[in-house]
Amino acid sequence: MSDTAVTTQANGGPPRISNISEAVIRIAGNSQDGIQAIGGFLARLAGRSEQEVMTFMTIPSTISGGPSIFQVRIGSGEVLSAGDEADVLLAFYQHSYQDHISSLRKGGIVLFDSDHVEPKPEWQKDYHHLGIPISGLTIEAIGGTAKDKGKNIFALGLLAKMFDLNVPKLEKLINERFGGKDMSVLNNALAAFHAGYSHSLGNVLETFKFVESQRKAGNQVVMTGNEALAYGLIAAGVRFGAGYPITPWSDIMEILRRELPKFGGTFVQCEDEIASISMALGAGYAGRVAVTGSSGPGISLKTEALGWGVMAEVPLVICDIQRGGPSTGMPTNVEQSDLNIACFGGHGDSPRVVLAPANVEDCFYTAIEAVNLARKFNVPVVILSDQAIATRIEAFAEPDLEKVCQDISPDLSPVPEYKAYDLSAADGVSPRVVPGTRVTSGRYSIATGLEHDEFGHPTGSPKLHMQMSAKRRKKLQSLGTGLPVPKVYGPPEGNILLVGWGSTQGPIREAVDRARAAGDSVSALHIKHLSPLPPGLENIFSGFNHILVVEMNDEGLYGYGQLAGLLRARYCDSKIRGINKTDGLTWRVKEILERARANVATALRKL
Amino acid sequence: MNETKLEIPQRGNISTVAPITSDDRKPLTKKELVADHPTWCPGCGDFSVLALYFKLIEKRKMHHEKITTVAGIGCSSRFPYFVQAHGAHYIHGRALPFASGISLSRPDLHVFVFGGDGDAFSIGGNHFNHTARKNIKMTYVVMDNWVYGLTKKQTSPTSPLGFKSKTDTWGAVDYPINPMKQAIAAGATFVARTTHSNPAHVLQMMEAAMDHDGFSFVECLSECVEFYEGAFDASNPRKGGVFNLVPATHDVTDEIAAYKLADEPFPGSFGVFYRVIKPTKNAKEAGIISSAGDKVKGLKDWQILQKTFERMK
Repeated sequence: MSDTAVTTQANGGPPRISNISEAVIRIAGNSQDGIQAIGGFLARLAGRSEQEVMTFMTIPSTISGGPSIFQVRIGSGEVLSAGDEADVLLAFYQHSYQDHISSLRKGGIVLFDSDHVEPKPEWQKDYHHLGIPISGLTIEAIGGTAKDKGKNIFALGLLAKMFDLNVPKLEKLINERFGGKDMSVLNNALAAFHAGYSHSLGNVLETFKFVESQRKAGNQVVMTGNEALAYGLIAAGVRFGAGYPITPWSDIMEILRRELPKFGGTFVQCEDEIASISMALGAGYAGRVAVTGSSGPGISLKTEALGWGVMAEVPLVICDIQRGGPSTGMPTNVEQSDLNIACFGGHGDSPRVVLAPANVEDCFYTAIEAVNLARKFNVPVVILSDQAIATRIEAFAEPDLEKVCQDISPDLSPVPEYKAYDLSAADGVSPRVVPGTRVTSGRYSIATGLEHDEFGHPTGSPKLHMQMSAKRRKKLQSLGTGLPVPKVYGPPEGNILLVGWGSTQGPIREAVDRARAAGDSVSALHIKHLSPLPPGLENIFSGFNHILVVEMNDEGLYGYGQLAGLLRARYCDSKIRGINKTDGLTWRVKEILERARANVATALRKL
Repeated sequence: MNETKLEIPQRGNISTVAPITSDDRKPLTKKELVADHPTWCPGCGDFSVLALYFKLIEKRKMHHEKITTVAGIGCSSRFPYFVQAHGAHYIHGRALPFASGISLSRPDLHVFVFGGDGDAFSIGGNHFNHTARKNIKMTYVVMDNWVYGLTKKQTSPTSPLGFKSKTDTWGAVDYPINPMKQAIAAGATFVARTTHSNPAHVLQMMEAAMDHDGFSFVECLSECVEFYEGAFDASNPRKGGVFNLVPATHDVTDEIAAYKLADEPFPGSFGVFYRVIKPTKNAKEAGIISSAGDKVKGLKDWQILQKTFERMK
């Protein structure tokens, strides 16, 4: 929408209608105002209208109250990030207005609740101000409630009018959300919505209409990253999980606790983080791949048990929904500072698999890949998600569930003999037999954390320790060589290669698009498999002058972020440098570009 | 030979695996159950517990594949290596949650956990409380020797006041844990006490524990001849002590009476202190699964998930 200027309409008459291909709407209020609900409605509506959508939210880490925002970017084309600047700011309070006006682009519209916001004259020339007594009108529409309930739905009505949104579809969404409760709740919500929708936007405004998007084949589903991860695990056949509540991992355990029984499974809330990984390992040892997860401090607590999974070669999926660290850190902010603990955390040489999903859709498929790798290689697999991807809502093509859902029940047919740690396989992968299986030779193996012989019995033999260490390494090396070479976004050769992992894929790609449109030679590489790394990266790196690793973590003692450090250690390539930040917020596209240009300029000066 | 594949119920239901089928296989002999020779010191009380575990398996005609032996870290936790069956040697103090994962996902298996007092009451203390309160079906035998043996004589959570160890050369100053009180207070539904020097009684307690539907806890005094010799002499008639059974008049469902028994000065009484039948977590989760399943009857897994996805459009 950035190309459309807001025009003032001289004297009455219907507002001008402008066609737009996308819009960024930021809703700012307090955490209990239901602004997430407005955002959720908009996102779901976009999903049902074959539009792309991405949301961004901040929530205070206090239990109730505190400023909170929800940003929605809706577009008819590809939406890669939540948007740097808002086109419309909906502000419920003075602090929402003052704190977020800077996120609005010059010429953007600020829609404010004039019952609570006193507009500042000095801002009126840069931003189009539109004050509506939202609180008062909501009370008028649905009756007096001191708590301003329903003003979010009233505001949704205003936005629906401003963006010419599909009213029957929104009514249906409101029905789905509030139906089934007390009928008066639904009626009030609909009354508030229509009051907002029919309220005059004043005599000064144009309204907007999204251009028809290119129709995509099939339906879209709309969900958060945590939801996609939880449902992906279920599709993958996981039927047991254990966890302990911690933000922002808790939603996954809540979903699995609620949903797994339908599939004959169980999720256990444990007494602590260590118990939960232990229980999941026990269930994994006993049959199907099980799941545990956590965030921040919880991951630190789980590392000893994770090492047991590596040593005993027991499959497990661990979800790490990264937040700001170290220690308790910033529980409701995003950071990518767990790459080191995911890849290397724990004592001893303990190779494991680490995958990082790039977006909400990828969360679903990454969960399935993680389960399958854990099963195939008998190893713990860490899924490195983060707070931003966990809480943001995206629409994506509905998966073909009949095809992707799998049954991973254990085979308990008797086997003639069984060595849990058979050294004969060249790739180090030995098939696993679970308890309940009869071994007709009468010799059984023990799953163990001690260094062991082929039957899992303890040994102090230097030779066996070398052979078993090599076995645990070789199986992941064989996994690594079989991984696909990641594709470069943009031309495969050029000046700058932006390298990223996890949730930064969208903004990095948008940065590439924007830079290339401005004539700069910039490409991007997204690394999803962080341990082991995929093959072919050195060839890709050789095609660029500058390899800039964009991460949401600190530059560290030696000047490189966690992935940049890993890549430098692996490839000894001095072209690899880092662009890092620790403000607890997702990358803005502009920020990436400015930092990349500055970094390259500094590097050139040093030459 | 009847070697039917164990039925995995439709929809990957993990809580209703088919019951153990009786077949024509001969009961196991001790020879078939013995694995590594124990690494314990000659004269260690743990030998007695191991021998009686074998006897229990023989007596109850269990097959190798139906038993899963789990342990944490410590001298006694070496147990799984000495038993020819599926088993796991897990990390220090966490054997109970590991075993819970097995128990809650595989009701067809008998889960036995063995460990020592450090594993159970120090590093794993909180897991003991929570596994007990959740009443997860398994048998937990703690070989209590009142000392850290594997690390060579440090004070343990059950070391009595005044016990001279390498970490309390002047004698232990911290009040010891009373395992029986701990178990009763935590909500264990089967709490028994025995001692390695009375093999017939050990077997009797293990058998009663195995038959209990729920979390069954047995404290078995097991002398460490190397670092705490003579600790339990007062309970051993052969060493001039007395072995008192729990009085016949004791009501095992009376929690207060059980607590009073646990409060007796050493050597106290031996036998079942407390036993009540309460629904296990295993049964409760199976109930949740069964009522959730009723709502999706006849649907395949992908169709159940599809129903959820319909609501996310």
